[in-house]
Amino acid sequence: MSGMVEKRGAGYWLTHVGLIIGVLIIFFPIWLAFVASTVTQPEIVHPPMPLWPGDQFFNNYRSALVSGVNAPVAKMLVNSMIMALGISFGKILISILSAFAIVYFRFPGRKIFFWLIFMTLMLPVEVRIVPTYEVVAGFGMLNSYSGLIFPLIASATATFLFRQFFMTVPDELAEAARVDGARPMQFFWDILLPMSRTNIAALFVILFIYGWNQYLWPLLITTDPDMNTIVMGIKQMFPSGDDIADWPVIMATSILAMVPPIIVVISMQKLFIRGLVDSEK
Amino acid sequence: MLPLCLLLPQVIITAVFFFYPAGQAVWQSMFIPDPFGLKSQFVGFGNFEFLFGDRYYRAAFATTALFSGLVTVVSMGLALYLAVLADRLIKGSGVYRTLLIWPYAVAPAVAGVLWLFMFNTRVGVVAWYLGLLGYDWNHVLNEAEAMGLVVAASSWGRVSYNFLFFLAGLQAIPKSVIEAAAIDGARFWTRFRTIVFPLLSPTTFFLLVVNIVYAFFETFGVIHTITSGGPQQATTILVYKVFADGFVGQDLGSSAAQSVVLLVVVGAMTIIQFKFVERRVHY
Repeated sequence: MSGMVEKRGAGYWLTHVGLIIGVLIIFFPIWLAFVASTVTQPEIVHPPMPLWPGDQFFNNYRSALVSGVNAPVAKMLVNSMIMALGISFGKILISILSAFAIVYFRFPGRKIFFWLIFMTLMLPVEVRIVPTYEVVAGFGMLNSYSGLIFPLIASATATFLFRQFFMTVPDELAEAARVDGARPMQFFWDILLPMSRTNIAALFVILFIYGWNQYLWPLLITTDPDMNTIVMGIKQMFPSGDDIADWPVIMATSILAMVPPIIVVISMQKLFIRGLVDSEK
Repeated sequence: MLPLCLLLPQVIITAVFFFYPAGQAVWQSMFIPDPFGLKSQFVGFGNFEFLFGDRYYRAAFATTALFSGLVTVVSMGLALYLAVLADRLIKGSGVYRTLLIWPYAVAPAVAGVLWLFMFNTRVGVVAWYLGLLGYDWNHVLNEAEAMGLVVAASSWGRVSYNFLFFLAGLQAIPKSVIEAAAIDGARFWTRFRTIVFPLLSPTTFFLLVVNIVYAFFETFGVIHTITSGGPQQATTILVYKVFADGFVGQDLGSSAAQSVVLLVVVGAMTIIQFKFVERRVHY
């Protein structure tokens, strides 16, 4: 009986009230940004701005997407999309292959490879920005998609995850496949890959958000406005000095920068939660 | 041959973009380049000695400690409060979960812009209403207000993440244990303090470490968009200083030494996390 602990009395309603206040506080900054993206500049620069949307939605979003401030926001969205997808698919691909090698093969140096991979778990890109920048510059990869993607897939969190998962797959499956005369790659394609579907999807959600939300790295290596990603491009839209920022366009861009990762999180909520819990434990 | 081919892509990418730069950071931290960048002079631990003698660097350490402490406490406190409430509901906790998780998807840099907009000294709505109440908000000049603003913006999206883990932790506690205590006459707060919170300690400890790491490294976007480390370096955290000295100030030796210090800090935190998570803290 659930009624044993809490009755449906005042406490029940207070619980809802407390949660609703929490939800409203969490929503407020986004609501304000949305309202700002639908009104005119004069309505914002003469505070207080309205708290209810205006009628400039199409104007502001069109102006952001088509012309933006330094570069069209549509172009920045494409850049972000390429970067986020490149990071997600690239990292999943290299990780699943190397995890397969580490778990299912015996070869000299296997332990060393494992430990080298394990070491990369510890170091975020923020810690090694200057030398990584020099490497990327040396390859002529500044202002390029490969420069945006490669340094961010050079870590082994995903490899670790696939390794943990492969170790839970019963050995009998691999043995049965061998008895049936399947070669290792056949086993990988026909059995292991289909079994990993949910893990891959969960990892995809986490990596997509990770890639989309990168800030420092694109800030360093994309000096050409046409290569800016949307998340780092917003700050570049603020004028230097005393000029007044074009708030409606900046806020429309902020909203556009949030929409893709939010869609991914909401539509894949179950996978997302699973991916989070897996990747952190 | 096959296993090596499978490993090759990851090994090449990791070697070129991870191990080589990390090694370079350690190497560069022991040199001082001449003003023209043509030659470097070996100085051993000189850069480190200089760093820890530098009062701005020590100040950045203190700022980072304060900042990450505040972000951790604020975001975990709020999340725990909301999770405890959601856990009390027999039905509908899923709806609140959906409503609360998506700020996780908002990039720290975008969160920075949203909070900057609310508190902007010229157009910010919240700043304007504060002015109406007689409070003159100005985070561009006031160091405490600047710190408060970057802490709020950094904690905001983080509440979702912590909420998810706390809610999962709370729902994993057997209801029979809590009901037994309720029958014994323990009130809600007593039950929370003596049973729920201790059983939640593995989750709490895990989140503690993860949030500190988050505040150390992933909040760069918030600082850069809102304060650029100011006023008077009041919000210059360590990661921001690596960037400011290395790219803006072009002091490569010092920046590399700072990278190495951060590397040691992350390493230590990772080891602590593994040690304690293995032991499960309290079970």
